[in-house]
Amino acid sequence: MDVYLPIANLSVNGLWIVGLGALTGVLSGLFGVGGGFLTTPLLIFYGIPPTVAAASASTQVTGASVSGVLAHGRRKGVDYRMGLVMVGGGVIGAGFGALLFNFFRAIGQIDVVINALYVLLLGSIGLLMAKESVQVIRGTTGTQAKRRRHHPLVANLPWRWRFYGSGLYISPLAPALVGVVVGILTMLMGVGGGFILVPAMLYILGMSANVVVGTSLFNILFVTIATTVMHSLTTRAVDIVLVALLLIGSVSGAQFGSKIAVTAKPEVLRLVLAAIVLLIAFRMLLGLFYEPDEIYTVYPL
Amino acid sequence: MRALFLLIAALFLMGQRDAVLVPEISQHEVKVRQGFTGTELLLFGAILDPGGGAGQGYDIVVVLKGPSEPIRLREKERFAGVWVNAESSDFRSVPSYFAVASSRPIDEIVDQKTAAIYEFGTRYIQLSPSGSFNPEDQMRFALGLVDLKRRQGLYKEDMAGVSITEDVLYQARISMPSNVTTGTYVAETFAISQGRVIASAQSEVEVRKVGLELFVEDSANNHGLLYGLVAVILSVSMGWGAGRLFARL
Repeated sequence: MDVYLPIANLSVNGLWIVGLGALTGVLSGLFGVGGGFLTTPLLIFYGIPPTVAAASASTQVTGASVSGVLAHGRRKGVDYRMGLVMVGGGVIGAGFGALLFNFFRAIGQIDVVINALYVLLLGSIGLLMAKESVQVIRGTTGTQAKRRRHHPLVANLPWRWRFYGSGLYISPLAPALVGVVVGILTMLMGVGGGFILVPAMLYILGMSANVVVGTSLFNILFVTIATTVMHSLTTRAVDIVLVALLLIGSVSGAQFGSKIAVTAKPEVLRLVLAAIVLLIAFRMLLGLFYEPDEIYTVYPL
Repeated sequence: MRALFLLIAALFLMGQRDAVLVPEISQHEVKVRQGFTGTELLLFGAILDPGGGAGQGYDIVVVLKGPSEPIRLREKERFAGVWVNAESSDFRSVPSYFAVASSRPIDEIVDQKTAAIYEFGTRYIQLSPSGSFNPEDQMRFALGLVDLKRRQGLYKEDMAGVSITEDVLYQARISMPSNVTTGTYVAETFAISQGRVIASAQSEVEVRKVGLELFVEDSANNHGLLYGLVAVILSVSMGWGAGRLFARL
């Protein structure tokens, strides 16, 4: 089934794109991540221009996170106050991200920067997750025993607020800063940032575990909305036809994913996610050091 | 019979010793709409000899060019083990599409100088490099660009792409991939005899988006905010709708 993408300016096999959406949808339902970290590289690999891939992937993540937010909201799994503070930071971060994007594009290193970011972030987070889930599966460490409440630096910030949902009394600057970082990454990498947000909430802010996934999805939802609008105004690279195709796959995939998630063991799921994340990081790492397929790249003037 | 006689007589009376080329294209407009997977253009026509005779041994070369654009080409180099963009070169007029078809290999038809003048081949495209660069580097960049475009299916050469019947009728098929740029394409047809271009003719093909595709592109470029909001609404409602749908199943 050939579908012409009016912004990407090329024709693709629609079924492949729907399948790709379904794959990331299953992942997002299973693990509570947006799946953008998988969509963007795969779209680029398929031949979609990188800017269009990143912009459209962030729009797709919006759709993939809606049903998750609703589901978590119904069982009080979203700390809206915390979420809003992070969204505030995220919107600022998306603005910074847009500036950085244009800067790196102007000096011609945007693809190298994006690749390096993927390797660094996915690599380190994948290793952390893998280590932890292996420990849990072997039963060598008590999961809850060693956990710190929150990072000492967070406690030093002034001007404290109460976050009832998360069970915290901390400065709103901490979640806002986390939001800024995630916003920048969303804009640069076309990812929702769930894979960095969840560990940051657990280990830096020390939020209670039952609101982490819901609040992360809430933040992802609004930051990707901001990113979509930002891309529409600056890069003009959101391809609505591509987004629709991805969504058909991912929204249905997400439902199946969440059904599997109920029955599977969480630590096994984490290990599988860690393996996928590491695999992509490794592929990207090779891309940095191996001679690329294309020595030359064209930038319109 | 009489009409033919008049036509031949007219050609004689015009006093033209050179051949006349009458070109035509199967379609003067390529519509890019949903399901567009590229298209094939048929460029055909006739060579009329003033003497009315055939067997002069003509060769035909057809060049189809898309709208030009200025670009910057960056070259990756290994830097401390990592491949990063290093040098770059600007080209002021890079055709977004370039296809040449001929009845025989170009170097059997004309000499290099003539080929370069008429751009008979991807290596002769006038890319107008800018900036002070030594010729060797310039050549390397130009070759890299042409190679890249060729692998994207946007630059092509077909040395047996034109077939000539009875030294009068010719036809060439040139395909366009789905990733072509929209705009005005110019098709030039050249009749060549004994290494000399004896007649040429030009016609145009308009490649444009129509319907929904035009609307989407136009909205994205001119109404960015609205377009972004519509994209957001689409994705939120699809996500929400799927959630509701599956909850009932």
